[in-house]
Amino acid sequence: MADDPYKILGVSRDATAEQIRAAYRKLAKKHHPDLNPGNKAAEDLFKQVSSANELLSDPEKRARFDRGEIDASGAEKVQPRAYRQYADSGSGERYAYTGAGAGGFAGENFEDLFSNIFEQRGARSGPARGADARYVLEAAFLDAVNGATQRLTLPDGHVLDVKIPPGTNDGDVLRLRGRGQPGRNNGPAGDALIEIHVAPHAFFRREGQDVFMDLPVSLPEAVLGSRVNVPTPAGPVAMKLNPHVDTGTELRLRGRGVPAHGKQASGDLYVKLRVAIGPVDEKLEAFLKDWTQPGFNPRSQMEGEQK
Amino acid sequence: MISFEVIQLEFRDLTKDELGRWIDLAFVRAEGPPGEWRFQEIDVARIRLILELRHTLEIEEQSLPVILSLVDQLYDMRRRIGRLNEALADLPPEVRTALVAKLVQ
Repeated sequence: MADDPYKILGVSRDATAEQIRAAYRKLAKKHHPDLNPGNKAAEDLFKQVSSANELLSDPEKRARFDRGEIDASGAEKVQPRAYRQYADSGSGERYAYTGAGAGGFAGENFEDLFSNIFEQRGARSGPARGADARYVLEAAFLDAVNGATQRLTLPDGHVLDVKIPPGTNDGDVLRLRGRGQPGRNNGPAGDALIEIHVAPHAFFRREGQDVFMDLPVSLPEAVLGSRVNVPTPAGPVAMKLNPHVDTGTELRLRGRGVPAHGKQASGDLYVKLRVAIGPVDEKLEAFLKDWTQPGFNPRSQMEGEQK
Repeated sequence: MISFEVIQLEFRDLTKDELGRWIDLAFVRAEGPPGEWRFQEIDVARIRLILELRHTLEIEEQSLPVILSLVDQLYDMRRRIGRLNEALADLPPEVRTALVAKLVQ
């Protein structure tokens, strides 16, 4: 060992004895090999730190080293067998942990250490329930709203028919009893836990039991009123449009959201109108040139608020 | 078995009182009546460890129960893993290969 002992301890060459002692203590605490069993790097570091300390904590040796009379290496002291060498072997049972939860004779009770392995691999003798298996299933938006049966192919080739109940939310977990890992020794099988990921829809959005959508309407429909077909999660329904509606008008179709399920009442479908002008012809242009809306400013809400 | 007198040759700054207290606190095991203890080699190594903890690392005696309890649990675990290793060494090679492949994933 010919490295600079000052560098090993991380102290300057004019460090006081107390600084050296503190630096050594700090490093020794961290790297003490009985507290880091099996860690060769810690053991080597501890040896370096110890011999650096041995040199620098002895004023006479330190002075001779500083004058260049001796180098940092010295004959390695014969080390007595360390605690870890006994404790790692059978004689370590003498100091087996006896606190709460100590498992009788150490070494006999592996089950807490490897419980997962034993549960899944059937190494224990008694009957035991199989482990739960986790899967993710992508569901279409309307399948999650209305309920559906969807086929899930497992990694092992088995097929599960998963019944997605109406009103399923993104992230809901379905439990199929007995469809997980098989039990062992006649123990019951685990469950299959299926997390549902709901895909977004092209025009429906969902908040709880209610469904929201934008509905484009034509200029004549908006001005004159009309009956229009509205797609809803359960299929199209005819809706009466009163005359004189506008972009942003919101209509509610009661009970046309997520259907009732369990203790949940059915939700509503909120339809927000959006006027689409569509193709413009000369007739419309000619009409609009001669037509005015006195007093109407569609941007009146914005004026005076441009902060 | 090793007597206190032999131990004192190595640990000159260890008093009978201090060692007796450690034995009372079950930090160290010893056979025989107080003052006429007989030790095994592991006891001597443990005394050396406790002395290093106390004197070199300047860990307070009141912290020793916590540290020794953790040390004992650490070595319990290591002995159990050692036994597991021995058991695994008896398994067929393809099982060991599969196990290693799992563990290094």
